[in-house]
Amino acid sequence: MYLLNRTQRHTVNSTWMIISLLLVALLPFLLFIGLYLKSVLLLHDYSVIDLIFSKTWRPSAGQFGFYPFIIGSIWVTLVAMLITAPVCLLTAIYVTQYTKKYFLRIMHPAIDILAGIPSVVYGLWGILVIVPFISRYLGPWMGIKTMGYSILAAAFVLSIMIIPFVLNILIEIFRAIPVELKEATLSLGATQWQTIKHVLVKKALPGIIAAFGFGLARAFGETMAVLMVVGNVVRLPKSVFDPGYTLPALIANNYGEMLSIPRYDAALMFAALLLLAVSLFFNLVMHFFIVRYNKY
Amino acid sequence: MTRSQKIEEKFFKLLMILATYFILAILAIIIYSIFEKGIKSISWEMLTQVPHGGYYYGKGGGILNAILGSLALAFGATLLAFIIGMPVALYLNVFLIRHKKVIAIIRFLLDLVWGIPSIVYGAFGFSLMIFFGLQTSLLAGILTVTLFILPIMIRSMDEILCTVPIGLQEAAYSLGSNKSEIAFKIFTRQSFSGIITAVLLSFGRGIGDAAAVLFTAGYTDHLPNGLLEPVATLPLSIFFQLSSPVPEVQNRAYASALVLTLIILIVSLFSRGVGKRYHKTKINF
Repeated sequence: MYLLNRTQRHTVNSTWMIISLLLVALLPFLLFIGLYLKSVLLLHDYSVIDLIFSKTWRPSAGQFGFYPFIIGSIWVTLVAMLITAPVCLLTAIYVTQYTKKYFLRIMHPAIDILAGIPSVVYGLWGILVIVPFISRYLGPWMGIKTMGYSILAAAFVLSIMIIPFVLNILIEIFRAIPVELKEATLSLGATQWQTIKHVLVKKALPGIIAAFGFGLARAFGETMAVLMVVGNVVRLPKSVFDPGYTLPALIANNYGEMLSIPRYDAALMFAALLLLAVSLFFNLVMHFFIVRYNKY
Repeated sequence: MTRSQKIEEKFFKLLMILATYFILAILAIIIYSIFEKGIKSISWEMLTQVPHGGYYYGKGGGILNAILGSLALAFGATLLAFIIGMPVALYLNVFLIRHKKVIAIIRFLLDLVWGIPSIVYGAFGFSLMIFFGLQTSLLAGILTVTLFILPIMIRSMDEILCTVPIGLQEAAYSLGSNKSEIAFKIFTRQSFSGIITAVLLSFGRGIGDAAAVLFTAGYTDHLPNGLLEPVATLPLSIFFQLSSPVPEVQNRAYASALVLTLIILIVSLFSRGVGKRYHKTKINF
């Protein structure tokens, strides 16, 4: 019935397991080395500081300044977090502290669906709803002339995309707080809101920061949805109604012509390397917040 | 309690309710606008034909190439990720169960990899492709998407497998099983529904992602025929149709988005259903 006997099967199985495990464990290092080797051509001729802080982007003239893209990415990410952070925190507190169990059973599928919608569909929704809203209503209302394709549009779409991600972590964090802590505070005469404000949020603070950090890292690397609504103009944005350009959008927009201009491909791989470094750094730092949170 | 405290509590509670319903309302608006725009322009022709000449200027045809391409790509990647991912998840929970430090390090690495944006995988896949002398093809796309969904698959399987009680393992040992038998015969049965959920989740991620396949899978108007040929994918097809200035083609983009959303909703519904159904082989403690 079987080709091999039990011991042989055990050997085959466990060898395959170890090979797979090694592959997965080495993946982040492989990614880093691979992208570094590809961008090394660029790093030979320019210093990293120059690349990051120089403002002119003219690949055909050999000028690779990533500053506008980095600033664009930071703007979009921070504005998105400004929307996501309070909404998620308030919702997480509400569904864990104020509502009955069944409400979470409604919320969970909703969060799952939000998390499952592909980024292209989010981008399309942004073009359909958010961009016209900004150019027709919000812009004129604030007395600003805008195309609608702007930092704000990208940030809004992005903030919706990371809500499920951040909210899931926050809900888990608030549910992990021992109920005795809450009971002790309530028995001392504190109101529910006082308990939340002075005890629960304080206890959960490292976890809350970590959740926001994970969200930030996720938002920084999001490509398609941002690319579709941000406007893709290489310029330092002056307000949120200006169009911008982000690092992931830069990579995605130019992959077609990158082999035709010397060092262009190295520049795009360097952009990917920057994204990877930012993502690894944020996840690393936030991981230690989570570890600290779990220790208490 | 003073009056100002009461007002403060009321105020924040109101904010919380607003935030919660804001999220639900946004979800409803997204689903509504995708359906409303998509239903109008979807047709049988779109689902069953490949793009004819001049499709992107409003001539006839459909997006069958992208639908089949996406399915092939996501199936391939999910299968490959399953072949690599399930042994890893099992290894963590059976072989390494006594080495908490090692498990913690591997979980940490997986979380790191999970956080890496898909465009970085795309760029990496592209440089791998060049390195091996491959062209944009289904195979390159599958490999890239596999790397991208691998951490998702392993971590979600791991979440389920680590809930298997240690007593079950000990019972199996006492009956003379070895470790790989425990892993592949007992753990897989005990957490069957969770494993299916993990696979479906990864499938959904794989089919919806555009940034990873942008460089590697290429694009074609033909049906996928062979691993080494370029292949069209739904997200990219939506993207390209949307960039067209012709309104008719843009309408098709809405219809394509509806198709993609429906596929993902069905997969997600299915994974919820599976979780409830497969309890037969599970031992309850």
